[in-house]
Amino acid sequence: MTTFVELLVNGISIGAVYALIALGFVVIFKATEVVNFAHASLLLAGGYLIARLWPLVGFWAALLIGVAAAALVAAAIEFLVIRRANVASHSVLAIVTIGVDIVITTELTRQIGTDVLAMGDPWGSQVVRFGGVTLAETRIVALVTAAALITAFLLAFKYTGWGVAMRAAAEDAETAALMGVRLGRVSMSAWAVAGGLAAVAALFLCVFPTPGLDRSTSLVALKAFPAAILGGLDSTTGALVGGLIIGVTESMMSGYQNDMAFLGRGIGDVAPFLVMLVILLIRPAGLFGTKELARV
Amino acid sequence: MADLAVSDLVVGYGPVRALRGVSMRVPSGSIVAVLGANGAGKSTLLRAISGTLRFHRGGCQGVVTLGGQRLTGLDAASVVGRGVVQVPEGRRVFARMTVEENLRAGGLGRTRRDYATAHDQVTELFPVLKERARQRAGLLSGGEQQMLAIGRALMAGPTTLLLDEPTLGLAPLTAARITETIKEINSLGTSVLLVEQNVAMALSLASHAYVLEVGEVVLEGTAAELRESDEVRRRYLGIGDAVEGALETRTLSRWS
Repeated sequence: MTTFVELLVNGISIGAVYALIALGFVVIFKATEVVNFAHASLLLAGGYLIARLWPLVGFWAALLIGVAAAALVAAAIEFLVIRRANVASHSVLAIVTIGVDIVITTELTRQIGTDVLAMGDPWGSQVVRFGGVTLAETRIVALVTAAALITAFLLAFKYTGWGVAMRAAAEDAETAALMGVRLGRVSMSAWAVAGGLAAVAALFLCVFPTPGLDRSTSLVALKAFPAAILGGLDSTTGALVGGLIIGVTESMMSGYQNDMAFLGRGIGDVAPFLVMLVILLIRPAGLFGTKELARV
Repeated sequence: MADLAVSDLVVGYGPVRALRGVSMRVPSGSIVAVLGANGAGKSTLLRAISGTLRFHRGGCQGVVTLGGQRLTGLDAASVVGRGVVQVPEGRRVFARMTVEENLRAGGLGRTRRDYATAHDQVTELFPVLKERARQRAGLLSGGEQQMLAIGRALMAGPTTLLLDEPTLGLAPLTAARITETIKEINSLGTSVLLVEQNVAMALSLASHAYVLEVGEVVLEGTAAELRESDEVRRRYLGIGDAVEGALETRTLSRWS
């Protein structure tokens, strides 16, 4: 039972971090209709800066700079590439983002080399015990932070002028423009927010119990793709639920893999994609996605 | 004053010419109607004024000015900022957002005080929007959606309102209600450029009208002149050749 609770809480915690990534992915898709394959590289860029800067300026300042820098890089991609690309179809832009991803990831991988960078976080490898349940402090902080950020984001999305502009632009860009919504600003802010969220996610993907940031971190970030897709690419709720489903599935499958030896080792890494496939077979638009998306 | 003027407007979508040298004028405080059948270029004209041609891969030559200042070349949001706001054809309310949020989307660029004033005006004009404030806009009836679309545009505080077929597909009573409202909005000082297929309704509202045909202005004149014009009666009002109409047609500038 304690194992189960530990796995569940860990799964929810890592799921909340995936949800942060997936949320950014969904926000970009809603605002610009671009499937952003460069998302993992944004995450890597944010994480890399935090890891390199904390010995110089301290952890909290490094975190701040990393988040700001990732937001800036994302905004720059929007401004320099997405906005200027005069293409007939948004799927072409998705392929353009693959190119951007390759450029950024390759350079960062070269910088990181074979190092495993510590994030310099104040939580280290401490654990907390509730009864018989042992949890890493980092997992609890990740859960609380992700929940707070997601709540703040959803409230802003629902109640602020920025949120109304975002939703209006997502629903009908031309009419939003006719009402005076500045589409350029909307899409750039969407990219910036997504970049910032990705940097925070990078931090929590690289703290204890993982060894730290290395060149495979962007592969870990890939698990947020099935989260966004199975939730429905245009649904913020979907991103959250998708993130949690993926997190818990992965945690459970890894935790109980000895009992499921017939599935082979490493089923935890494969499980998110299996879940995504099954859900998409039943609901092609994802759990909360708009059906029209499947129409085209 | 802030007259809206269109001169020699040429618009093309790729190789297709939609407007071929259209000129017209909306004097400040007036209602001007643009009449014409489907495909005459009415909506294209409004797109060119509002700066949304790029959504349809269209390009334009010619100049649109408001009070002597160029609107051509500005993006859609800046045109709204200058006070020229369009209510698009087919209402296009944000169906997944509530009525209140739709109004908010219309008034995003305004200060808190201006917003509150505009909100009071709009809900006074359309009390139903207050009753339905929390309902999803997609669940409103056609007439209510049209009211919301007009209300949403008014939230931006327009000096010139562009209306694209506001009574299309509405029940006669609702259409009459919208017509009254347009009159009311105009009486508060907003100029209106009304694009319509419903010629009788448009001519009852407007002081001046232009008839578009395949991208060109073929007739223009005061509403009274057009009502009496043979051509308009025959083609758009479905009334047979009027014998006494022959004299009046001479007063119309006729382009061929």
